[in-house]
Amino acid sequence: MSLPPTFLGKDLVALEPLDAAQIRAILDTAEPFKEISERAIKKVPVLRGKTIVNLFFEASTRTRISFEFAEKRLSADTVNIAAQGSSVQKGETLVDTARNLEAMKIDMVVMRHGSSGAAQFLGERIPSNVINAGDGRHEHPTQGLLDMLTIRDHRGRIEGLRVCIVGDVLHSRVARSNIWGLTKLGAEVAVCGPRSLLPRGVEELGVQVFTRVEQAIEWADVLNVLRLQLERMQAGFIPSLREYNRIFGVTRARIERAPRELLILHPGPMNRGVEIDSDVADGPYAVILDQVTNGVAVRMAVLYLLAGGVPDKAEAAKRES
Amino acid sequence: MPEPQRQLLMDERAVERALARMAREIVERNAGVAGLAILGVQRRGVQLADRIAAEIERAEGARPPVGTLDITLYRDDLTAIGPRPVLGETRLPQDGIEGRRVVIIDDVLYTGRTVRAALDELADFGRPARTFLCVLIDRGGRELPIQPDIVGRVIDAAPDERVEVLVPELDGRLAVELIRPSGAT
Repeated sequence: MSLPPTFLGKDLVALEPLDAAQIRAILDTAEPFKEISERAIKKVPVLRGKTIVNLFFEASTRTRISFEFAEKRLSADTVNIAAQGSSVQKGETLVDTARNLEAMKIDMVVMRHGSSGAAQFLGERIPSNVINAGDGRHEHPTQGLLDMLTIRDHRGRIEGLRVCIVGDVLHSRVARSNIWGLTKLGAEVAVCGPRSLLPRGVEELGVQVFTRVEQAIEWADVLNVLRLQLERMQAGFIPSLREYNRIFGVTRARIERAPRELLILHPGPMNRGVEIDSDVADGPYAVILDQVTNGVAVRMAVLYLLAGGVPDKAEAAKRES
Repeated sequence: MPEPQRQLLMDERAVERALARMAREIVERNAGVAGLAILGVQRRGVQLADRIAAEIERAEGARPPVGTLDITLYRDDLTAIGPRPVLGETRLPQDGIEGRRVVIIDDVLYTGRTVRAALDELADFGRPARTFLCVLIDRGGRELPIQPDIVGRVIDAAPDERVEVLVPELDGRLAVELIRPSGAT
């Protein structure tokens, strides 16, 4: 009845290396964890005595707090480290930071880092479990998982659904985790945005490309609307935010022309009036707050699955009773 | 390697008779159905709890509230046995357990660790007026000072033997079997 210790491996760095069965198992494990957050005492003792470090080299509110709630609801002890005000600012390398933490006897590291590949790099160098909370433009696996859980909650399945990721796909680790996870579970995936914000060769990941949001809305069952990072305008990827909204904004007028009932996701934080209009974000098709709620459950599931140690078969059989 | 041997300990009728008696004992101990709450421990305690509640309803004309407990996250051996693929549901009766007389129903009582975990979980949900432990099989071998209040049958199983309670919903039949490693006598 137990999963082997190698079920997810030591770390969760990306969805790309996982297979459909592993992704489904994480989503299924997340289901019962939802209920814990509804209890009067929102806490179970399963990770009691585990120490988890949330190491954030980039600003994050939602993801860090979501991980912290997940950790605390499983009774782990948590420490938050932000790059600002830490020895990182004094020039310490990532590995030195991690080794110092290891020396204080920690069990897991949840890390966000600006460089693609940072989570894998760290995981290969320290014995603690490493969970990627976003690395550069690479992946943000728990965001991909919570998006899939939310879609599955509302549509009952992932397989066969048409999901279009709209916006700045080029810079988005959320997009990458969505594309890998959704295609593995049998969804049809498309991306939509200005050519300047779509990665070259994105078709090779098995996704369709729309350069007009009206076509995307015509095609899709689900829209995952990405945040347009405002600094992209200064960098010259788009001429102006107003123009972006006029051409690619998910507006009420546009979704009212959708041939079927849409489901609208957004990983947050939203730029209302840029990539998504307020009457869509607050409207009946948006499930943005469900994503936030599911984020805690998915992260609890990942922490739980990675924390399991080496099963001893005889002992396990005995304790079954 | 040869197949382990399975020996029938209780057939369908024997299990039904035991559950009917256990249901009567629960009602007798509680002097009726009022204030009772029945909680089945995942997984097979859940089906046994449903059967006991149905017995009580047949005898008393009132069905006590029934819930389920999944104690996986309260076990003390995650690193020894690894995580479970899918956790069961914990669902308390609608009126909760506060001030109620709660009966925990499990299939097999062995080390007592499951019950210890169930008591811990229950404490996170409230404070029952009284908690009873009711098991279909007590096979001995306790590692904690925990004893049942109501028992279907007491057996003496060796540490290398396993006792399996089978229920129609999950196993296709109602029975209790003893599984011996082959070669053992």
